[in-house]
Amino acid sequence: MKNRIYFIIGAIIAVLFSSCKKDNYEAPAADFTGRIVYQGEAINVQYGQVNFELWQSGFGNYSALNVNVSQDGNFSAKLFDGNYKLVFSPNQGPFLWKKNAAGKQDTIAVNISGNKVMDIEVMPYYMIRSASLTAASGKVNGFCKLEKIITDANAKDIESVSLYINKTQFVDGGNNIAIQQLTGAALADLNNLNMSVNIPTIVPTQNYVFARIGVKIAGVDDLIFTPVTKISF
Amino acid sequence: MKKYIYAFAAIACLSFAQSCKKDSEFLDKQPTSTLPIDAVWKDPNLVLTVVGDLYDRFPDFQRIESWWLFADFDEGFASAGGDYGRHQNLEYGYDAWRYWDIGVYRLVNDLNLFIKRGQEATALKAEDRDRFLAEARFIRAGVYFEMVKRMGGVPLITVPLAYDYSGDPSSLQYPRAKESEIYDFVIAELEAVKTILPDNATVQSRATKAAALAMESRAALYAGSIAKYSNAQLTLPGGEVGIPAAMASGYFTKALNAAKEIIDGGKYSLYKKNPNLSDNFAALFTDKGSNPEVIFAKDFKLKTNKVHGFTIDNQPRSSAEEAQGGRLNPSLNLVQSFEKLDNTYASLAAVDGSGNPVYYTNITDIFADRDARLAGTVILPGTQFKGKTVDIWAGYQLANGTIVTGDNFAQSKSNVLPGNPGSVQVVGGDGPVDGLEFSAQSGFYVRKYLDPATGSGQIGTRSDVWWIRYRYAEVLLNAAEAAFELGDAATAANYIKPVRDRAGLTTALSPANITFDRIVHERKVEFAFEGHQLWDMKRWRLADKVWNGNNMSVADFTNASNIGSATRTSTQVFGLWPYKYYNPGNANHLKYIFKVIKPSRVTAAHRFRIGNYYSSIGQDVLNGNPKIIRNPNQ
Repeated sequence: MKNRIYFIIGAIIAVLFSSCKKDNYEAPAADFTGRIVYQGEAINVQYGQVNFELWQSGFGNYSALNVNVSQDGNFSAKLFDGNYKLVFSPNQGPFLWKKNAAGKQDTIAVNISGNKVMDIEVMPYYMIRSASLTAASGKVNGFCKLEKIITDANAKDIESVSLYINKTQFVDGGNNIAIQQLTGAALADLNNLNMSVNIPTIVPTQNYVFARIGVKIAGVDDLIFTPVTKISF
Repeated sequence: MKKYIYAFAAIACLSFAQSCKKDSEFLDKQPTSTLPIDAVWKDPNLVLTVVGDLYDRFPDFQRIESWWLFADFDEGFASAGGDYGRHQNLEYGYDAWRYWDIGVYRLVNDLNLFIKRGQEATALKAEDRDRFLAEARFIRAGVYFEMVKRMGGVPLITVPLAYDYSGDPSSLQYPRAKESEIYDFVIAELEAVKTILPDNATVQSRATKAAALAMESRAALYAGSIAKYSNAQLTLPGGEVGIPAAMASGYFTKALNAAKEIIDGGKYSLYKKNPNLSDNFAALFTDKGSNPEVIFAKDFKLKTNKVHGFTIDNQPRSSAEEAQGGRLNPSLNLVQSFEKLDNTYASLAAVDGSGNPVYYTNITDIFADRDARLAGTVILPGTQFKGKTVDIWAGYQLANGTIVTGDNFAQSKSNVLPGNPGSVQVVGGDGPVDGLEFSAQSGFYVRKYLDPATGSGQIGTRSDVWWIRYRYAEVLLNAAEAAFELGDAATAANYIKPVRDRAGLTTALSPANITFDRIVHERKVEFAFEGHQLWDMKRWRLADKVWNGNNMSVADFTNASNIGSATRTSTQVFGLWPYKYYNPGNANHLKYIFKVIKPSRVTAAHRFRIGNYYSSIGQDVLNGNPKIIRNPNQ
């Protein structure tokens, strides 16, 4: 009996102490944070839809680390120290990414040693200007102007402009309780876009909604948005 | 002691005498588990077993062996606990439908090896050998067609490849061919083998002349529409993705001619054995005895391991032969697409124009005067399967609007109805109960491909209904679409007419009625649950418009005016639930009312991104071959 107890104790010690060995890497510690911006102004996008890739060469399994951009244009990633190349894959996001001489997406070299804050400058097709979102008599009214930033051969048209409202702070085409979409002739004057949606009954009741305006550019997957606004009524 | 010596000597003799044999005599043995190549190529029956394996590897995406894939888009709701996620993912992964990995190119290599060995074989009769070779080329064309559909241009390899272990794999690194070159290859191969293959309509599970022509017509039609509806985002400078618009009419002409050759050959016809048009349409998929419509099918056989469980998975729960079924629920999105007999589109009238509920005496009345294919594709509430009426109704609605319902199949409750203290059944034996798997959560069960044979719903028996890959109705609709795209609406109307006649839509469409939206619609209702939808939406470049990630609401299904529109949003599956109206003394007492609902498990809207048109290429492939370039927008 005693033998068996010793044996069990010995086995436990053997199992537990083997984990004291240094058999793991340190977890990544450096925070890489920042925003995607155009001339210092953050580009707002849909949650979980826009990401960029970080590539690090020199290791066996060569593949991208995807970093998601959040609704307000911020991103953050925990990384190991080292040299990375940052790139947006083609047609990712409501903006153009610069190309190299061979016509491929150009990369930015990013050196990480310790925490790093960096804004990534991109070239949006359009910017939403003087946006306003207000509540009035059971409605949310939205107004905005669109400024065309890319006017050369890469220029694109607007497919639709939508005002979304939602119960929570995630507001986009897939997360909304009401929507008004302007298309076609309603988009004739890009300097005067007015939208308005009725606020539906919300269960359980709350006296505020979150709203924002999204612009769909023809032939581009991702929409560009105004910042999410909390509107009390 | 002597005894031991003898024994030892004997053992030594037995052990060492073996080594007196020559090495080659000892090592070179014929394996007993596999057949040597040259032995196979002497006997047509042995070659047929090899061809059988190649047929078995013929690719499909959506198929009856995987019912859940039909719930990935908007045709059906997955009423099974593990599959609700199909309605909860916003977007499709870029690697969805990827068909480019080691397995695929191993199949290509096996086909290339088979063809090479067949060409070298001398012992077979020429006619046998030629047919086997033609079948292998047919299968290879099918594999390349599947690859180009999903991936765009891929490396076109038509000879067997082997690595020489030299340390330099560059001789095996092929660049991607143009998308149009793969389509051209497929079309040319099928054109070349069609005269070698038998021209026999009773051969349905092996390649025939008509199977080659049907695939050719489909491939050319796909290529033509990709060229015509090309989109600047979906091109690569080297042509690996995207086909120039100028090539469109050439492909449409080929598609039309290939389809015409089958039609004019006169060996196939639409299935019309049963005078009841809906039953006839359902039987088209399950009748394996001299079915004149089936051109090429994947066949199954009872009492072998080639059986499938589509009927077990999807039989009505109330009359099921096992305590399961009812998984695939056709969506209201699909059901309301079936047009009225006067060729107009209409939502199912749950409410009238001013929003008041409509009361129906019989539960099936709401579906009256619709395309016969509706009841042939979908088990509607109040209709029958295997002679038993399905029990689909969601509960009672009282005069004050209160709903009385249960949370399990055919649940009974006491004293819940006014003036009736007794126990009454408050929900149908097939549901619908929201969130209860196997109940008809959309209000419908699927009928297409459901096997009416006794035992088909038992795990011990299963079903041998075949999976039809090419059928005559598709040939007609391919011809109609190709003719329409070539500007010949009169011919298109002629080809579309027999298909619609069989569905009971006897008012023929005039050439002026034939529009792009009509063709999109016709394929949608004729080929629901047949694995066409994704590829059709992709080639028309409609997928990102129809599955655009925007939420839908009940209003989209109430007196909708855009049901016939090809670009109508359809991102979430909805259902239609029947209720009994309970109001003794009222004229509408125990009549049926209907409610449009969104199953609570549907939480996200499908979003098909530009980058989904061509699946991403695996990083392992990209790392292994620097000549491969990535697909656009990923």
